[in-house]
Amino acid sequence: MNEKRFQRRTLFLAAYLVFAILPIYWMVNMSFKTNEEILSSFSFFPQHFTLANYATIFTDPSWYSGYINSLIYVAINTVISVTVALPAAYAFSRYQFLGDKHVFFWLLTNRMTPPAVFLLPFFQLYTTVGLMDTHIAVALAHLLFNVPLAVWILEGFMSGIPREIDETAYIDGYSFPRFFLTIFLPLIKAGVGVAAFFCFMFSWVELLLARTLTSVNAKPIVATMTRTVSAAGMDWATLAAAGVLTIVPGAIVIWFVRHYIAKGFAMGRV
Amino acid sequence: MSAANKPVNQKAWLLILPVILCVAFSAILPLMTVVNYSVQDIISPERRVFVGTEWFAAVMRDPELHEALLRQLGFSLAVLAVELPLGILLALAMPAQGWKSSAVLVVMALSLLIPWNVVGTIWQIYARADIGLLGAGLDYIGLDYSYTGNSSHAWITVLVMDVWHWTPLVALLCFAGLRSIPDAYYQAARIDGASKFAVFRYIQLPKMRGVLMIAVLLRFMDSFMIYTEPFVLTGGGPGNATTFLSQYLTQKAVGQFDLGPAAAFSLIYFLIILLLCFILYNWMQRVGTADKLEAGHE
Repeated sequence: MNEKRFQRRTLFLAAYLVFAILPIYWMVNMSFKTNEEILSSFSFFPQHFTLANYATIFTDPSWYSGYINSLIYVAINTVISVTVALPAAYAFSRYQFLGDKHVFFWLLTNRMTPPAVFLLPFFQLYTTVGLMDTHIAVALAHLLFNVPLAVWILEGFMSGIPREIDETAYIDGYSFPRFFLTIFLPLIKAGVGVAAFFCFMFSWVELLLARTLTSVNAKPIVATMTRTVSAAGMDWATLAAAGVLTIVPGAIVIWFVRHYIAKGFAMGRV
Repeated sequence: MSAANKPVNQKAWLLILPVILCVAFSAILPLMTVVNYSVQDIISPERRVFVGTEWFAAVMRDPELHEALLRQLGFSLAVLAVELPLGILLALAMPAQGWKSSAVLVVMALSLLIPWNVVGTIWQIYARADIGLLGAGLDYIGLDYSYTGNSSHAWITVLVMDVWHWTPLVALLCFAGLRSIPDAYYQAARIDGASKFAVFRYIQLPKMRGVLMIAVLLRFMDSFMIYTEPFVLTGGGPGNATTFLSQYLTQKAVGQFDLGPAAAFSLIYFLIILLLCFILYNWMQRVGTADKLEAGHE
């Protein structure tokens, strides 16, 4: 009985993983083909294996600078998001104060504004303050949806830590900053890992705002990829190679935080 | 957030001040701009006429908007109906420890890390009947499949793409929630002779309430604002079959350059999401509390 259930589970999981991996496999497959091969025939493996697509990306500055730009603003965004979210999440999880529930919900509402709504106002705002086409601009704009999420996730983790720990520390004469940095932070480092992963992810994959706020100097890879249409049609092969490379940084990040996710978080009090 | 016996401390406002400043810069100023546009007829940057609520009335009467809204609601409900149960089942099936667990986690997370326009691009090829694996596979088993020609095929393809793209988010959140349940709970259940279903219903599901709330709200909001993926995959077609709200809005704002109506549309759009999320949020909190009471009585 148990044996059978175990097998059913494994089969189900395996079936899903195949479903999950096939489109990605197809992209990897395409990235080693030439454009002619992609469009002319159907094959499970590249018939004329080529690394030319990757070579294009690594040698052409307009391609590889896209990755660098993206990594810069994503990193800035992740650091700011988690840093400002930490004290706020602590306040929400530990204290009652005037308007706490309203502010919490207001923060969430910022995740509900369709980016399409904000494109033009953002463009005008960042032009006015002179931040257009800088990494900071994109990082700040992405705070809109990442900060609320980081607060939300961290609040859940912090609520899982008993309040007696704070009280004991205060009785022992710890100041708030010292307590927070030396005692509390290590306790919720799993939460910080998970929050950072989600901030990284949502900032990395966002296209509309990033494309609107940049033109040359801070142009992200996602925007570079939308301009591979040439006279000869879509450059599918280079696009596929670029797509494969966009997964790599995220895969590295998830590898580092996997233990935190696997350890789990009690969010019973959200 | 539960209010239960937390000390009152108004100084906590100082702790949330940085968050408020960060978000306000990116939220309140642009929102004010949108409100400003929505009540004006902008003929040129210098010539503007105050028109009051005229645009709102016009947008509310727009039959195309009604269609796009219904399509959007149908799509978001379908997304939730498929991704939530699937995500929960996956989380229950995932191995808890060891290298298998790590490997499954990483493979699951891959689709989340692909930029949204790339997701659309992959599926554009992947679903083609002549050169794509999915399209060719469906063709091989005898289905006359074409996501560019047939509107229901296009709709289903966008849905399957979204399931592929986002189910891992639900699964990862639920998995993290499940891992936080202490072994003692399972041991107690075993002693009581609880069935698998009872364990799920009275231990695992209540413990996943918090993460499920995040998963439901995130999936609902994001699917309601979906833009890039269907735009790249189908361009909203064939016909209007996959033109969801965001795309209709962008057509209006960028395509026809009607700033006033587009701004009014944006605000209505935002209010719809806000209202639906508010209902979901409160409903889920009530359901969760009812659960707790029930458990307390036993």
